[in-house]
Amino acid sequence: MPTPDTETPSAPGPMDGTHAVGLKVEDLSKSFGKFEVLKGISFEVKPGEIFVLMGPSGSGKSVLLKHVVGLELPTAGRVTIDGLDAADPMTREKVRMALVFQAGALFNSLSVYDNLALYPREHRLAKESGIREKVMRALQILSLEAAAQKMPSELSGGMRKRVAIARALVMEPQLMLYDEPTSELDPVMSVTIAEIIATLKEQYRVTSIVVSHDRDLALGIADRVGILMGGKLVHLGSAADLRQPKDPIIEEFLNPKIDLKNPRFKKLEN
Amino acid sequence: MNQLLRILEGIGSTLQLLLRAASYVPSLPRQFGRLIEQCYLIGYTTLPIVAILSFFIGSVLALQAGYSMQNFGAKQFIGALVGLSMARELGPVMVAILLTGRVGSAIAAELASMKVYQEIDALVTMNIPPARMLVMPRLAAVLLMMPVLTIIANLVGWFGGAIVANATSFISIDPSAYFATMRQTMKFEDVLNGLVKAEVFGFGIVLVCCSIGLNTRGGPREIGAAVTRAVVVSLILILVLDYFVTKALM
Repeated sequence: MPTPDTETPSAPGPMDGTHAVGLKVEDLSKSFGKFEVLKGISFEVKPGEIFVLMGPSGSGKSVLLKHVVGLELPTAGRVTIDGLDAADPMTREKVRMALVFQAGALFNSLSVYDNLALYPREHRLAKESGIREKVMRALQILSLEAAAQKMPSELSGGMRKRVAIARALVMEPQLMLYDEPTSELDPVMSVTIAEIIATLKEQYRVTSIVVSHDRDLALGIADRVGILMGGKLVHLGSAADLRQPKDPIIEEFLNPKIDLKNPRFKKLEN
Repeated sequence: MNQLLRILEGIGSTLQLLLRAASYVPSLPRQFGRLIEQCYLIGYTTLPIVAILSFFIGSVLALQAGYSMQNFGAKQFIGALVGLSMARELGPVMVAILLTGRVGSAIAAELASMKVYQEIDALVTMNIPPARMLVMPRLAAVLLMMPVLTIIANLVGWFGGAIVANATSFISIDPSAYFATMRQTMKFEDVLNGLVKAEVFGFGIVLVCCSIGLNTRGGPREIGAAVTRAVVVSLILILVLDYFVTKALM
Protein backbone atom coordinates (compact mmCIF):
# COMPACT_ATOMS: atom_id res chain seq x y z
CA MET A 1 0.00 0.00 0.00
CA PRO A 2 1.43 3.45 -0.88
CA THR A 3 2.42 5.76 1.91
CA PRO A 4 -0.65 7.79 2.75
CA ASP A 5 1.30 11.04 3.19
CA THR A 6 2.61 11.00 -0.34
CA GLU A 7 -0.33 9.55 -2.21
CA THR A 8 -3.31 11.44 -0.81
CA PRO A 9 -3.94 15.14 -0.23
CA SER A 10 -3.85 16.05 3.44
CA ALA A 11 -7.15 15.80 5.25
CA PRO A 12 -8.93 18.99 6.24
CA GLY A 13 -7.64 20.13 9.51
CA PRO A 14 -5.82 20.90 11.53
CA MET A 15 -7.28 18.64 14.16
CA ASP A 16 -5.07 20.24 16.76
CA GLY A 17 -6.19 21.70 20.04
CA THR A 18 -7.93 18.44 20.83
CA HIS A 19 -6.43 15.19 22.00
CA ALA A 20 -7.01 11.72 20.63
CA VAL A 21 -9.61 9.82 22.61
CA GLY A 22 -9.62 6.25 23.84
CA LEU A 23 -12.64 4.00 24.01
CA LYS A 24 -13.61 1.24 26.39
CA VAL A 25 -16.41 -1.27 25.83
CA GLU A 26 -17.27 -3.05 29.07
CA ASP A 27 -19.38 -6.19 29.09
CA LEU A 28 -21.77 -4.69 26.51
CA SER A 29 -25.00 -6.55 25.84
CA LYS A 30 -27.90 -5.52 23.66
CA SER A 31 -31.21 -7.25 23.06
CA PHE A 32 -34.06 -6.34 20.74
CA GLY A 33 -37.02 -8.08 22.36
CA LYS A 34 -35.93 -11.65 22.89
CA PHE A 35 -33.19 -11.43 20.28
CA GLU A 36 -29.78 -10.91 21.87
CA VAL A 37 -27.53 -9.11 19.36
CA LEU A 38 -24.51 -8.39 21.55
CA LYS A 39 -23.50 -10.78 24.32
CA GLY A 40 -21.16 -9.27 26.90
CA ILE A 41 -18.55 -7.70 24.65
CA SER A 42 -15.45 -6.10 26.15
CA PHE A 43 -12.50 -4.47 24.43
CA GLU A 44 -10.50 -1.28 24.46
CA VAL A 45 -9.38 1.04 21.69
CA LYS A 46 -6.33 3.13 22.51
CA PRO A 47 -6.08 6.82 21.57
CA GLY A 48 -4.98 7.26 17.97
CA GLU A 49 -5.46 3.59 17.14
CA ILE A 50 -7.17 2.10 14.10
CA PHE A 51 -9.38 -0.72 15.31
CA VAL A 52 -11.04 -2.80 12.62
CA LEU A 53 -14.12 -4.77 13.60
CA MET A 54 -14.91 -7.66 11.29
CA GLY A 55 -17.58 -10.29 11.30
CA PRO A 56 -20.29 -11.89 9.21
CA SER A 57 -23.42 -9.94 8.28
CA GLY A 58 -25.86 -9.74 11.18
CA SER A 59 -23.22 -10.33 13.83
CA GLY A 60 -23.94 -7.00 15.54
CA LYS A 61 -21.09 -4.80 14.24
CA SER A 62 -23.27 -1.85 13.22
CA VAL A 63 -25.28 -2.11 16.45
CA LEU A 64 -22.03 -1.88 18.38
CA LEU A 65 -21.03 1.26 16.44
CA LYS A 66 -24.41 2.81 17.26
CA HIS A 67 -23.70 2.27 20.96
CA VAL A 68 -20.44 4.17 20.59
CA VAL A 69 -22.20 7.26 19.18
CA GLY A 70 -25.11 6.95 21.60
CA LEU A 71 -27.75 6.06 19.00
CA GLU A 72 -28.52 2.83 20.87
CA LEU A 73 -28.61 2.33 24.61
CA PRO A 74 -27.11 -0.85 26.07
CA THR A 75 -29.23 -3.50 27.74
CA ALA A 76 -26.26 -4.16 30.03
CA GLY A 77 -22.68 -2.95 30.27
CA ARG A 78 -21.43 0.35 28.92
CA VAL A 79 -19.24 2.16 26.45
CA THR A 80 -16.99 4.97 27.64
CA ILE A 81 -15.07 7.48 25.54
CA ASP A 82 -12.23 9.01 27.53
CA GLY A 83 -14.10 7.94 30.65
CA LEU A 84 -17.36 9.60 29.52
CA ASP A 85 -20.46 7.46 29.11
CA ALA A 86 -21.29 7.21 25.39
CA ALA A 87 -25.00 6.92 26.23
CA ASP A 88 -24.97 10.40 27.78
CA PRO A 89 -25.87 13.05 25.15
CA MET A 90 -23.41 15.45 26.81
CA THR A 91 -20.55 13.22 25.66
CA ARG A 92 -21.30 14.31 22.08
CA GLU A 93 -20.82 17.92 23.25
CA LYS A 94 -17.41 17.12 24.72
CA VAL A 95 -16.01 14.67 22.15
CA ARG A 96 -16.17 15.33 18.42
CA MET A 97 -17.09 12.07 16.75
CA ALA A 98 -18.26 11.25 13.27
CA LEU A 99 -19.97 8.16 11.95
CA VAL A 100 -19.82 7.26 8.28
CA PHE A 101 -23.06 5.35 7.78
CA GLN A 102 -23.19 2.27 5.61
CA ALA A 103 -25.75 3.83 3.24
CA GLY A 104 -24.28 7.32 3.54
CA ALA A 105 -27.24 8.91 5.37
CA LEU A 106 -26.82 12.07 3.30
CA PHE A 107 -29.41 14.82 3.69
CA ASN A 108 -31.42 14.33 0.52
CA SER A 109 -32.84 17.84 0.49
CA LEU A 110 -29.36 19.43 0.53
CA SER A 111 -26.72 19.56 -2.19
CA VAL A 112 -23.42 17.74 -1.66
CA TYR A 113 -21.77 21.06 -0.74
CA ASP A 114 -24.47 21.90 1.81
CA ASN A 115 -24.29 18.38 3.26
CA LEU A 116 -20.64 18.99 4.04
CA ALA A 117 -21.15 22.58 5.20
CA LEU A 118 -24.00 21.76 7.58
CA TYR A 119 -21.84 20.79 10.58
CA PRO A 120 -19.50 23.81 10.57
CA ARG A 121 -22.43 26.14 9.88
CA GLU A 122 -24.58 24.75 12.69
CA HIS A 123 -21.70 24.84 15.16
CA ARG A 124 -20.41 28.20 13.85
CA LEU A 125 -16.91 26.81 13.43
CA ALA A 126 -15.85 29.30 10.77
CA LYS A 127 -17.07 32.08 8.52
CA GLU A 128 -18.60 31.11 5.19
CA SER A 129 -15.26 31.59 3.35
CA GLY A 130 -13.50 29.31 5.87
CA ILE A 131 -16.27 26.74 5.59
CA ARG A 132 -15.99 26.82 1.81
CA GLU A 133 -12.27 26.16 2.05
CA LYS A 134 -12.75 23.19 4.40
CA VAL A 135 -15.55 21.73 2.28
CA MET A 136 -13.66 22.07 -1.00
CA ARG A 137 -10.56 20.43 0.52
CA ALA A 138 -12.62 17.49 1.75
CA LEU A 139 -14.26 17.17 -1.66
CA GLN A 140 -10.85 17.30 -3.32
CA ILE A 141 -9.50 14.48 -1.13
CA LEU A 142 -12.38 12.26 -2.20
CA SER A 143 -12.22 13.42 -5.88
CA LEU A 144 -15.68 14.92 -5.61
CA GLU A 145 -15.14 18.57 -6.64
CA ALA A 146 -17.35 18.13 -9.70
CA ALA A 147 -20.21 16.82 -7.59
CA ALA A 148 -20.33 19.78 -5.19
CA GLN A 149 -23.59 21.19 -6.51
CA LYS A 150 -25.26 17.84 -7.20
CA MET A 151 -28.10 16.52 -5.10
CA PRO A 152 -27.61 13.14 -3.34
CA SER A 153 -30.27 11.58 -5.59
CA GLU A 154 -28.00 12.24 -8.59
CA LEU A 155 -25.07 10.27 -7.12
CA SER A 156 -24.09 6.64 -7.51
CA GLY A 157 -23.84 4.40 -4.43
CA GLY A 158 -20.06 4.71 -4.35
CA MET A 159 -20.18 8.50 -4.69
CA ARG A 160 -22.68 8.73 -1.85
CA LYS A 161 -20.29 6.78 0.33
CA ARG A 162 -17.42 9.12 -0.58
CA VAL A 163 -19.57 12.18 0.18
CA ALA A 164 -20.42 10.66 3.57
CA ILE A 165 -16.70 10.25 4.31
CA ALA A 166 -16.01 13.80 3.10
CA ARG A 167 -18.77 15.06 5.41
CA ALA A 168 -17.15 13.25 8.33
CA LEU A 169 -13.73 14.72 7.44
CA VAL A 170 -15.14 18.26 7.56
CA MET A 171 -16.17 17.60 11.17
CA GLU A 172 -12.48 17.13 12.08
CA PRO A 173 -13.40 14.42 14.59
CA GLN A 174 -11.40 13.03 17.49
CA LEU A 175 -13.15 9.70 17.04
CA MET A 176 -14.06 8.49 13.57
CA LEU A 177 -16.35 5.52 13.04
CA TYR A 178 -16.79 3.89 9.67
CA ASP A 179 -19.58 1.45 8.88
CA GLU A 180 -18.48 -0.54 5.83
CA PRO A 181 -16.54 2.36 4.27
CA THR A 182 -15.33 0.42 1.25
CA SER A 183 -18.48 -1.46 0.28
CA GLU A 184 -19.81 -0.45 -3.16
CA LEU A 185 -16.46 1.15 -4.05
CA ASP A 186 -14.12 0.14 -6.85
CA PRO A 187 -10.70 -1.28 -5.79
CA VAL A 188 -8.80 1.98 -6.37
CA MET A 189 -11.30 4.04 -4.39
CA SER A 190 -11.28 1.38 -1.65
CA VAL A 191 -7.52 1.78 -1.34
CA THR A 192 -7.91 5.57 -1.34
CA ILE A 193 -10.36 5.34 1.54
CA ALA A 194 -7.98 3.05 3.42
CA GLU A 195 -5.22 5.61 2.82
CA ILE A 196 -7.40 8.42 4.15
CA ILE A 197 -8.19 6.46 7.30
CA ALA A 198 -4.49 5.79 7.80
CA THR A 199 -3.59 9.43 7.03
CA LEU A 200 -5.97 10.70 9.70
CA LYS A 201 -4.21 8.49 12.19
CA GLU A 202 -0.68 9.40 11.08
CA GLN A 203 -1.19 13.15 10.82
CA TYR A 204 -3.84 13.92 13.40
CA ARG A 205 -3.92 10.88 15.71
CA VAL A 206 -7.64 10.43 15.08
CA THR A 207 -8.92 7.30 16.78
CA SER A 208 -10.75 5.17 14.22
CA ILE A 209 -13.09 2.22 14.48
CA VAL A 210 -13.77 0.61 11.14
CA VAL A 211 -16.49 -1.96 10.64
CA SER A 212 -15.65 -3.82 7.48
CA HIS A 213 -15.66 -7.11 5.62
CA ASP A 214 -12.64 -5.94 3.67
CA ARG A 215 -9.79 -8.25 4.66
CA ASP A 216 -7.20 -6.24 2.70
CA LEU A 217 -8.24 -3.05 4.47
CA ALA A 218 -7.95 -4.75 7.86
CA LEU A 219 -4.53 -6.22 7.10
CA GLY A 220 -3.33 -3.00 5.49
CA ILE A 221 -4.18 -0.33 8.04
CA ALA A 222 -5.45 -1.90 11.28
CA ASP A 223 -3.46 -1.65 14.48
CA ARG A 224 -5.75 -4.25 15.99
CA VAL A 225 -8.61 -6.33 14.71
CA GLY A 226 -11.64 -7.73 16.48
CA ILE A 227 -13.87 -10.39 14.99
CA LEU A 228 -17.49 -10.50 16.07
CA MET A 229 -19.50 -13.66 15.50
CA GLY A 230 -22.96 -14.38 16.85
CA GLY A 231 -22.81 -11.34 19.13
CA LYS A 232 -19.50 -12.43 20.74
CA LEU A 233 -15.98 -11.19 20.22
CA VAL A 234 -14.20 -14.35 19.06
CA HIS A 235 -10.87 -12.76 18.18
CA LEU A 236 -8.96 -9.73 19.41
CA GLY A 237 -5.42 -9.17 18.27
CA SER A 238 -3.06 -7.48 15.86
CA ALA A 239 -3.63 -7.46 12.12
CA ALA A 240 -0.58 -9.72 11.76
CA ASP A 241 -2.34 -12.42 13.81
CA LEU A 242 -4.94 -12.66 11.06
CA ARG A 243 -2.50 -13.55 8.29
CA GLN A 244 -2.43 -17.14 9.47
CA PRO A 245 -5.36 -17.66 11.80
CA LYS A 246 -5.37 -20.83 13.85
CA ASP A 247 -9.10 -20.99 14.43
CA PRO A 248 -10.77 -22.81 11.46
CA ILE A 249 -13.94 -20.67 11.78
CA ILE A 250 -11.91 -17.46 11.48
CA GLU A 251 -9.88 -19.01 8.66
CA GLU A 252 -13.11 -19.85 6.84
CA PHE A 253 -14.44 -16.31 7.40
CA LEU A 254 -11.28 -14.57 6.22
CA ASN A 255 -10.24 -16.90 3.40
CA PRO A 256 -13.32 -18.65 2.07
CA LYS A 257 -12.57 -20.85 -0.94
CA ILE A 258 -15.09 -21.36 -3.69
CA ASP A 259 -15.99 -25.04 -3.65
CA LEU A 260 -17.99 -25.86 -6.77
CA LYS A 261 -18.01 -29.59 -6.05
CA ASN A 262 -19.47 -29.22 -2.59
CA PRO A 263 -21.11 -25.76 -2.40
CA ARG A 264 -21.93 -24.32 1.02
CA PHE A 265 -25.61 -23.77 0.33
CA LYS A 266 -25.99 -27.48 -0.43
CA LYS A 267 -24.22 -28.32 2.83
CA LEU A 268 -26.78 -26.11 4.59
CA GLU A 269 -29.65 -27.84 2.77
CA ASN A 270 -28.37 -31.20 3.96
CA MET B 1 -53.54 -3.16 26.48
CA ASN B 2 -50.68 -2.86 23.99
CA GLN B 3 -52.70 -0.29 22.01
CA LEU B 4 -53.20 1.79 25.17
CA LEU B 5 -49.50 1.61 25.98
CA ARG B 6 -48.65 2.75 22.44
CA ILE B 7 -51.03 5.73 22.77
CA LEU B 8 -49.52 6.70 26.13
CA GLU B 9 -46.03 6.28 24.69
CA GLY B 10 -47.01 8.54 21.77
CA ILE B 11 -48.36 11.22 24.10
CA GLY B 12 -45.23 10.99 26.25
CA SER B 13 -42.82 11.29 23.35
CA THR B 14 -44.82 14.20 21.88
CA LEU B 15 -44.65 16.09 25.19
CA GLN B 16 -40.92 15.35 25.45
CA LEU B 17 -40.44 16.70 21.94
CA LEU B 18 -42.39 19.84 22.89
CA LEU B 19 -40.13 20.44 25.89
CA ARG B 20 -36.99 19.82 23.84
CA ALA B 21 -38.19 22.16 21.07
CA ALA B 22 -39.16 24.82 23.62
CA SER B 23 -35.63 24.75 25.03
CA TYR B 24 -34.34 25.84 21.60
CA VAL B 25 -36.51 28.98 21.36
CA PRO B 26 -33.41 31.17 21.92
CA SER B 27 -31.87 29.65 18.77
CA LEU B 28 -34.71 31.03 16.62
CA PRO B 29 -32.97 34.24 15.49
CA ARG B 30 -30.10 32.09 14.19
CA GLN B 31 -32.58 30.00 12.24
CA PHE B 32 -34.29 32.94 10.57
CA GLY B 33 -33.78 31.46 7.10
CA ARG B 34 -35.45 28.19 8.10
CA LEU B 35 -38.30 30.10 9.77
CA ILE B 36 -38.97 32.06 6.58
CA GLU B 37 -38.82 28.87 4.51
CA GLN B 38 -41.36 27.20 6.81
CA CYS B 39 -43.59 30.30 6.79
CA TYR B 40 -43.57 30.08 3.01
CA LEU B 41 -44.44 26.36 3.02
CA ILE B 42 -47.06 26.58 5.75
CA GLY B 43 -48.56 29.95 4.84
CA TYR B 44 -48.07 30.87 1.22
CA THR B 45 -48.52 27.45 -0.35
CA THR B 46 -51.64 26.73 1.73
CA LEU B 47 -53.24 30.10 0.93
CA PRO B 48 -54.90 29.29 -2.45
CA ILE B 49 -56.70 26.20 -1.18
CA VAL B 50 -57.74 28.03 2.01
CA ALA B 51 -59.18 30.87 -0.08
CA ILE B 52 -61.09 28.57 -2.45
CA LEU B 53 -62.53 26.43 0.32
CA SER B 54 -63.45 29.36 2.56
CA PHE B 55 -65.24 31.10 -0.30
CA PHE B 56 -67.46 28.10 -0.87
CA ILE B 57 -68.00 27.46 2.84
CA GLY B 58 -69.22 31.04 3.25
CA SER B 59 -71.35 30.66 0.13
CA VAL B 60 -72.97 27.39 1.27
CA LEU B 61 -73.52 28.79 4.74
CA ALA B 62 -75.37 31.80 3.30
CA LEU B 63 -77.35 29.57 0.97
CA GLN B 64 -78.42 27.13 3.68
CA ALA B 65 -79.16 29.94 6.14
CA GLY B 66 -81.22 31.81 3.54
CA TYR B 67 -83.17 28.65 2.70
CA SER B 68 -83.92 27.87 6.36
CA MET B 69 -84.52 31.40 7.58
CA GLN B 70 -86.78 32.62 4.78
CA ASN B 71 -89.74 30.89 6.44
CA PHE B 72 -89.17 32.84 9.65
CA GLY B 73 -88.59 36.20 8.02
CA ALA B 74 -85.08 36.27 9.48
CA LYS B 75 -83.13 36.53 6.24
CA GLN B 76 -81.56 39.84 7.30
CA PHE B 77 -79.55 37.97 9.94
CA ILE B 78 -77.68 35.89 7.38
CA GLY B 79 -74.69 38.24 7.63
CA ALA B 80 -74.53 37.75 11.38
CA LEU B 81 -74.84 33.98 11.07
CA VAL B 82 -72.15 33.66 8.40
CA GLY B 83 -69.88 36.11 10.23
CA LEU B 84 -70.09 34.39 13.60
CA SER B 85 -69.92 30.86 12.19
CA MET B 86 -66.84 31.61 10.11
CA ALA B 87 -65.00 33.57 12.80
CA ARG B 88 -65.73 31.38 15.80
CA GLU B 89 -65.84 27.90 14.29
CA LEU B 90 -65.61 27.17 10.59
CA GLY B 91 -62.67 29.45 9.75
CA PRO B 92 -60.21 27.98 12.27
CA VAL B 93 -61.47 24.40 11.95
CA MET B 94 -61.37 24.38 8.13
CA VAL B 95 -57.92 25.97 8.06
CA ALA B 96 -56.73 23.36 10.58
CA ILE B 97 -58.15 20.51 8.48
CA LEU B 98 -56.51 21.90 5.35
CA LEU B 99 -53.26 22.37 7.25
CA THR B 100 -53.38 18.72 8.28
CA GLY B 101 -53.83 17.53 4.70
CA ARG B 102 -51.51 20.01 3.04
CA VAL B 103 -48.72 20.58 5.58
CA GLY B 104 -49.06 18.00 8.39
CA SER B 105 -48.89 15.07 5.99
CA ALA B 106 -45.85 16.58 4.24
CA ILE B 107 -44.06 17.13 7.57
CA ALA B 108 -44.77 13.57 8.71
CA ALA B 109 -43.60 12.15 5.35
CA GLU B 110 -40.41 14.22 5.30
CA LEU B 111 -39.38 13.49 8.88
CA ALA B 112 -40.36 9.81 8.65
CA SER B 113 -38.28 9.44 5.51
CA MET B 114 -35.34 11.24 7.18
CA LYS B 115 -35.66 8.84 10.10
CA VAL B 116 -35.92 5.70 7.97
CA TYR B 117 -32.95 6.72 5.80
CA GLN B 118 -30.84 7.53 8.91
CA GLU B 119 -30.65 11.28 8.25
CA ILE B 120 -31.95 11.90 11.77
CA ASP B 121 -29.28 9.57 13.19
CA ALA B 122 -26.68 11.50 11.18
CA LEU B 123 -27.90 14.78 12.73
CA VAL B 124 -27.68 13.28 16.22
CA THR B 125 -24.11 12.06 15.67
CA MET B 126 -23.25 15.56 14.36
CA ASN B 127 -24.61 16.94 17.64
CA ILE B 128 -27.30 18.88 15.76
CA PRO B 129 -30.53 18.26 17.72
CA PRO B 130 -33.43 17.45 15.34
CA ALA B 131 -35.78 19.30 17.73
CA ARG B 132 -33.77 22.47 17.12
CA MET B 133 -33.26 22.20 13.38
CA LEU B 134 -36.45 20.45 12.24
CA VAL B 135 -39.14 21.06 14.87
CA MET B 136 -38.60 24.50 16.37
CA PRO B 137 -38.73 26.49 13.09
CA ARG B 138 -41.91 24.64 12.04
CA LEU B 139 -43.66 25.33 15.36
CA ALA B 140 -42.69 29.00 15.23
CA ALA B 141 -43.80 29.27 11.59
CA VAL B 142 -47.21 27.73 12.24
CA LEU B 143 -47.77 30.13 15.16
CA LEU B 144 -47.01 33.04 12.83
CA MET B 145 -49.03 31.75 9.87
CA MET B 146 -52.21 30.35 11.45
CA PRO B 147 -53.70 33.75 12.38
CA VAL B 148 -52.93 35.08 8.90
CA LEU B 149 -54.55 32.08 7.19
CA THR B 150 -57.56 32.21 9.51
CA ILE B 151 -58.15 35.95 8.98
CA ILE B 152 -57.95 35.42 5.21
CA ALA B 153 -60.33 32.42 5.48
CA ASN B 154 -62.79 34.53 7.49
CA LEU B 155 -62.66 37.46 5.06
CA VAL B 156 -63.04 35.29 1.96
CA GLY B 157 -65.86 33.29 3.61
CA TRP B 158 -67.72 36.46 4.57
CA PHE B 159 -67.42 37.81 1.02
CA GLY B 160 -68.49 34.45 -0.43
CA GLY B 161 -71.58 34.61 1.76
CA ALA B 162 -72.26 38.23 0.73
CA ILE B 163 -72.06 37.39 -2.98
CA VAL B 164 -74.40 34.41 -2.66
CA ALA B 165 -76.83 36.30 -0.39
CA ASN B 166 -77.02 39.07 -2.99
CA ALA B 167 -77.12 36.91 -6.12
CA THR B 168 -79.56 34.20 -4.97
CA SER B 169 -83.10 35.13 -5.92
CA PHE B 170 -84.90 33.74 -2.85
CA ILE B 171 -82.45 35.48 -0.46
CA SER B 172 -81.56 38.71 -2.26
CA ILE B 173 -79.87 40.56 0.62
CA ASP B 174 -77.90 43.66 -0.25
CA PRO B 175 -74.19 43.42 0.72
CA SER B 176 -74.44 46.59 2.78
CA ALA B 177 -77.33 45.10 4.82
CA TYR B 178 -75.45 41.79 5.06
CA PHE B 179 -72.33 43.44 6.49
CA ALA B 180 -74.36 45.81 8.66
CA THR B 181 -75.98 42.93 10.58
CA MET B 182 -72.58 41.24 10.75
CA ARG B 183 -71.05 44.37 12.34
CA GLN B 184 -73.96 44.79 14.76
CA THR B 185 -73.83 41.21 16.03
CA MET B 186 -70.13 40.44 16.03
CA LYS B 187 -67.56 41.55 18.56
CA PHE B 188 -63.79 41.67 18.22
CA GLU B 189 -63.73 38.92 20.84
CA ASP B 190 -65.44 36.52 18.39
CA VAL B 191 -62.63 36.94 15.87
CA LEU B 192 -60.02 36.73 18.62
CA ASN B 193 -61.49 33.48 19.97
CA GLY B 194 -61.27 32.01 16.48
CA LEU B 195 -57.64 33.06 16.19
CA VAL B 196 -56.79 31.49 19.56
CA LYS B 197 -58.42 28.27 18.39
CA ALA B 198 -56.46 28.38 15.14
CA GLU B 199 -53.18 28.83 17.03
CA VAL B 200 -53.95 25.85 19.30
CA PHE B 201 -54.96 23.65 16.35
CA GLY B 202 -51.97 24.61 14.20
CA PHE B 203 -49.46 24.12 17.01
CA GLY B 204 -51.00 20.74 17.90
CA ILE B 205 -51.02 19.53 14.29
CA VAL B 206 -47.38 20.42 13.60
CA LEU B 207 -46.21 19.01 16.95
CA VAL B 208 -48.07 15.71 16.44
CA CYS B 209 -46.92 15.33 12.84
CA CYS B 210 -43.28 16.06 13.80
CA SER B 211 -43.46 13.59 16.67
CA ILE B 212 -44.98 10.81 14.56
CA GLY B 213 -42.46 11.44 11.77
CA LEU B 214 -39.46 11.40 14.11
CA ASN B 215 -40.63 8.23 15.86
CA THR B 216 -41.01 6.22 12.67
CA ARG B 217 -39.12 2.93 12.59
CA GLY B 218 -38.72 0.42 9.80
CA GLY B 219 -38.72 0.81 6.04
CA PRO B 220 -40.54 2.69 3.26
CA ARG B 221 -43.89 1.09 4.12
CA GLU B 222 -43.72 2.70 7.58
CA ILE B 223 -43.34 6.13 5.97
CA GLY B 224 -46.79 5.77 4.41
CA ALA B 225 -48.21 4.40 7.64
CA ALA B 226 -46.72 7.34 9.57
CA VAL B 227 -48.40 9.83 7.22
CA THR B 228 -51.77 8.12 7.61
CA ARG B 229 -51.37 8.01 11.39
CA ALA B 230 -50.33 11.67 11.52
CA VAL B 231 -53.39 12.78 9.51
CA VAL B 232 -55.84 10.66 11.50
CA VAL B 233 -54.42 11.72 14.88
CA SER B 234 -54.38 15.38 13.80
CA LEU B 235 -58.03 15.28 12.68
CA ILE B 236 -59.10 13.69 15.95
CA LEU B 237 -56.99 16.21 17.85
CA ILE B 238 -58.64 19.15 16.05
CA LEU B 239 -62.14 18.03 17.01
CA VAL B 240 -61.22 17.15 20.61
CA LEU B 241 -59.33 20.43 21.11
CA ASP B 242 -62.20 22.29 19.44
CA TYR B 243 -64.59 21.24 22.19
CA PHE B 244 -62.23 22.06 25.05
CA VAL B 245 -60.97 25.37 23.63
CA THR B 246 -64.54 26.48 22.81
CA LYS B 247 -65.62 25.64 26.35
CA ALA B 248 -62.60 27.38 27.84
CA LEU B 249 -63.20 30.53 25.82
CA MET B 250 -66.92 30.81 26.69
